[in-house]
Amino acid sequence: MMHWESLSQFLSMGGYAFYVWSSFGLTAACMAVEIFLLRRRHRALASEEGV
Amino acid sequence: MRIFGFNIYRYAAPQEFHPLAGRIARWCAVAAAALLMAGLYLAFFVAPTDFQQGEAYRIIFVHVPAAWMSMLIYLVMAGWAAVGLALNARLSFMMARALAPTGAMFTFLALVTGAFWGKPMWGAWWVWDARLTSELILLFLYIGFIALHAAIEDARRADRAAAVFALVGAVNVPVIYFSVKWWNTLHQGASISLTKAPAMAAVMLWGMLLMVLAFWAYSIAVALWRLRCLITEREREMDWMNVAKEEA
Repeated sequence: MMHWESLSQFLSMGGYAFYVWSSFGLTAACMAVEIFLLRRRHRALASEEGV
Repeated sequence: MRIFGFNIYRYAAPQEFHPLAGRIARWCAVAAAALLMAGLYLAFFVAPTDFQQGEAYRIIFVHVPAAWMSMLIYLVMAGWAAVGLALNARLSFMMARALAPTGAMFTFLALVTGAFWGKPMWGAWWVWDARLTSELILLFLYIGFIALHAAIEDARRADRAAAVFALVGAVNVPVIYFSVKWWNTLHQGASISLTKAPAMAAVMLWGMLLMVLAFWAYSIAVALWRLRCLITEREREMDWMNVAKEEA
């Protein structure tokens, strides 16, 4: 930890925790959903092909 | 045409490109994961607190890369649409279609992370400012492209119509990019420009560049993966059509 003195200080983001973690969390969630949907589409195609 | 001893026209055929796309996608996925870890490390543990915006500025590390990707992906999509129209190449149209959902996702993320930044800094989730409004129009353009393609049953006509739509919509991208110069906007000006020294500390800049590269690699991986699905789906359709013709 470079300039964070504790985990709770890191998590509180200087009072902007909601805004910062929502931004990063939503970005991660969107990417995860996109990957999940693609994997499902790919699997469905592969199973129909009988591979 | 041969480049590095490869016949590149060979890869203009969807079936030929399918395995190559898989290989590139895998490498890009690995690169995206590595760059993302490095970028997040710089963003949260190395980059200092901003003297004006406190820790809230750290949203920049997702907001700016997402906003850049939203515009860049649109330009690449319109570029493939143009190639498709000019050469009547199936694979080019598929490439454009493979990029649209990812571009729409990054546009959505740029808007929402912007709102999460705007609320504590400006006191408003949303303002009808030129930059924000033109970015919202970009989201509608992506949705329009996807919806138009889905609405036309004949695949070749759908490809061409959606491609023309994508090309017309491309005029919006320079409007977004230059909106902070052309109009008096609440949105701050560019953090990085090609003509001036960047208006941010070097470590923040590096963190942001790593995140941008990570989003690039992610986009290429996901778009190529989707392209593989599109190729398989389109070919299946053609097989069905051939079987139906033989039976008739």
